[in-house]
Amino acid sequence: MNKPLRRIALFCGLLVLALLVRDNWLQYVRADELKDDKYNRRVAIERYATPRGDIIVDGKSITGSTTSDSTDFEYKRTYKDGPMWAPVTGYASQAFGATQLESIDDGILTGNDDRLFFRNTLDMITGKKKQGGNVVTTLNAAAQKAAYDGLKDRGKGAVAAIDPSTGAILALASFPSYDPSVFAGNSDKDSEAWQKLQKAKNPNDPMLNRALRDIYPPGSTYKVVTAAAALENGLYTDADEKTDSPLPYTLPDTTTELKNEGNIPCENATMRVALQYSCNTVFGKIGADLGKDKMLAEAKKFGFNSEQFIPVRSAASNFPEDMDKPQTALSSIGQFETATTPLQMAMVASAIANDGKLMKPYMVDKLQAPNLDVLEQTEPEEMSQPLSSKNAQILQSMMETVVKDGTGKNAQISGVTVGGKTGTAQHGVDNSEKPYAWFISYAQLADGSSPVAVAVVVEDEGAVRDNISGGGLAAPIAKSVMEAVIASKQ
Amino acid sequence: MSSTTNSPTHHTSTIGAIGTPSRRNTELALLVFAVVIPVFAYVNVGLAINDKVPAGLLAYGLGLGLIAGVGHLVVRKFAPYADPLLLPLATLLNGIGLVVIWRLDQSKRLQRLSIYVEAAPRQLLYSALGVALFVAVLVFLKDHRILQRYTYISMAGALVLLVLPLVPGLGVNIFGARIWIKIPGLGTVQPGEFAKIALAIFFAGYLMVKRDALALASRRFLGLYLPRGRDLGPIIVVWIISILILVFETDLGTSLLFFGMFIIMLYVATERTSWIVFGLLMSAAGAVGVAGFESHVQQRVEAWLDPMNEYLLSQKGVAGHTEQSMQALWAFGSGGTLGTGLGQGNSDLIGFAANSDFILATFGEELGLAGVMAILLIYGLVVERGVRTALAARDPFGKLLAIGLSGAFALQVFVVAGGVMGLIPLTGMTMPFLAYGGSSVIANWALIGILLRISDTARRPAPAPAPSPDAEMTQVVRP
Repeated sequence: MNKPLRRIALFCGLLVLALLVRDNWLQYVRADELKDDKYNRRVAIERYATPRGDIIVDGKSITGSTTSDSTDFEYKRTYKDGPMWAPVTGYASQAFGATQLESIDDGILTGNDDRLFFRNTLDMITGKKKQGGNVVTTLNAAAQKAAYDGLKDRGKGAVAAIDPSTGAILALASFPSYDPSVFAGNSDKDSEAWQKLQKAKNPNDPMLNRALRDIYPPGSTYKVVTAAAALENGLYTDADEKTDSPLPYTLPDTTTELKNEGNIPCENATMRVALQYSCNTVFGKIGADLGKDKMLAEAKKFGFNSEQFIPVRSAASNFPEDMDKPQTALSSIGQFETATTPLQMAMVASAIANDGKLMKPYMVDKLQAPNLDVLEQTEPEEMSQPLSSKNAQILQSMMETVVKDGTGKNAQISGVTVGGKTGTAQHGVDNSEKPYAWFISYAQLADGSSPVAVAVVVEDEGAVRDNISGGGLAAPIAKSVMEAVIASKQ
Repeated sequence: MSSTTNSPTHHTSTIGAIGTPSRRNTELALLVFAVVIPVFAYVNVGLAINDKVPAGLLAYGLGLGLIAGVGHLVVRKFAPYADPLLLPLATLLNGIGLVVIWRLDQSKRLQRLSIYVEAAPRQLLYSALGVALFVAVLVFLKDHRILQRYTYISMAGALVLLVLPLVPGLGVNIFGARIWIKIPGLGTVQPGEFAKIALAIFFAGYLMVKRDALALASRRFLGLYLPRGRDLGPIIVVWIISILILVFETDLGTSLLFFGMFIIMLYVATERTSWIVFGLLMSAAGAVGVAGFESHVQQRVEAWLDPMNEYLLSQKGVAGHTEQSMQALWAFGSGGTLGTGLGQGNSDLIGFAANSDFILATFGEELGLAGVMAILLIYGLVVERGVRTALAARDPFGKLLAIGLSGAFALQVFVVAGGVMGLIPLTGMTMPFLAYGGSSVIANWALIGILLRISDTARRPAPAPAPSPDAEMTQVVRP
């Protein structure tokens, strides 16, 4: 009987071996994957086990941490002026996870980042409790407030403001917004508040970050990109050169006539005049003359057709890659399938204001350890040069004319040179829905520096359709944001 | 005749039989470790959870020490040549299991469950009862061959034990499995654990008598030796009945365990490999057949193939789905190589049965890969000692009983640990000694007792030549 006994012994050994191998597979090979699984509650437990670090604007924290009465979570996130800052912070909820800065810099905020490992080990030895580090943003509190209040008065929309010389984001507002405090916990109340904010229950979709994640047809504001393409490709070399622009203008290869809004002097107008009056015919023809490849190349230099990471991801703005001539003409005046985030249009304005250099946009200035040591400092970085310094200055003078004498008069600031462009974008089937009011601009101080470029979009305001124009609705918001930035510089 | 009197200098000159070391002192030394390690673990949990040495330390240390001490003294007196490893290994598993059960008692999450009870004190009581049964086995079972007389009584006993949970008013259905009976004032008992031992006795007794018939009087069919129906009949009937009962009680782990034990013993008794093939075919047919009509089984298999999906279904509140398998995997993964340290994990997220069926996950999270491998190796060692006992046993009944019990032990460890770690579909069974559960711990102490009795008989030296015929007179034992 001993031979089968030995075989059974071997079999039992194999059973144990199988268990050992499986255990190594689970606890060694797959350990990290299981540990960091988003459904693994330990991730959230860890996130709220210590007071969370703060997100800081202008030296003051816009977030906080409070003790929580939940069994699993010791602390709970709190927000100051939550709705105003939500597009910047995102949320950190015990029940619903984290997004945006709260998610991207979670390691720093919880104190679990590898760069804090040595400090944590020291703390453990000295018996100090683990602490989270801080995320210092580039935002400007006054500009953000101006942007948010402006939107609140006018309805749905978004604002993005950038410091053109560095790419630092100064304002990032979206309305309607939400207060991330109301669902930061884990209770039924939090769950109810969360449900109420979801798009399914709330057609206003307050949780959509319109400044980064929604794309709108840019309408006439896109004409500055078309003008930049005309200058860069040498189609026209000066703002005051007569263009070859018939009126009426029939879209190439079609019998459709491209119309202007009202009776404006667009026939063979100079680009300056065409931008001042926002001539569809002039810029549509420029687009058709340059062709889709050149138009696309210029758009891409401004950042179109790719996502931006600031470090929060923004949606990719779209300039159509595949289209015929009439569609190219329409796309060049911000219609057809051209669509852009407010951030993207702020980038366009900032590149022009910065003499043609587009700085990579960013909103985290530095990451701090709990003792305020700097762990990581963001250095301004040039992203591309969509137009030469000379052409940028030509375009600046055209945009300044728009504000001085054209559709953008509402953005004038005394003692400051402002360049801008209005836009009224049609949307919906057969333009049935209320148009979007756009305004992009920058401010230039007496010393020649440009501290701010801004893009504003306002969605279907309650007013009647005719009254919606970029100059009327969006420009005043842009103006107050620029004023806030200039005031804080002085 | 105790080995303690054999000093090394005399050893070479003594006659072989007397010189066989009893190894009782080895056992005692190992028992010290088996008590000290859990006591340290207990202190560790207290410091981690409450920042202080637990108040019950003395009681716990003394309790475990007493269990080990009594066990040791009884072995020293009644089974002096028994295997020296089994008692310390069982004590260590029992002790460390108690610590982890106590640790899970401190969990606020589990305390919120409606079925929460403070399990550690009960488990300590069960352990004491288990050791009492262990002592009873060693004291009253002078020779394991006596059990052979109870072959058919064991069969009847096993069947009664298995049917009990189906008796209305007696059986209770806990979370889908009817494997418990309720004894008023005492709590619930899981008769299947005891049936395991009774069945092993029956199989051993029956196969010992019939093994020649089964092995030799067979017909060759398709290259396999098939036994005659009359030899095979009774045993197949018992097997089918036990399987049927278990299917009705929806306890598949035990069903698998019994069948595996049966095949192992049959193979050892007949030395015919064809039994293994036959057995595998039968179990495959049985598994497919049962899965065909038992939605419970299908669901277990689906949960095993895609635990994440099972988790998501349970989160959506779909009835009959549980997040436990996935929670157990997360616990293992989160433990990593070295674990979080006792008392510092979140394995209590598993919820119900965290301290019984899923107790290994807590080891995984808090002691890490290192801890689980150590536990698995301890189990492996228990099985190895059991198989060694079977090899050393001089009588076929002892061999069969020892291999049956240790094979069942190995299968149980594999089915439970494999289920919790996602290696095989999950079945509701408990890790021997580690998991909370009175029936399991008591039955397993009895199992260790029987193994020790067999090994004592096996290792006991042949009686020395009688120094005086007069003294011998009173010791004649008639077979």
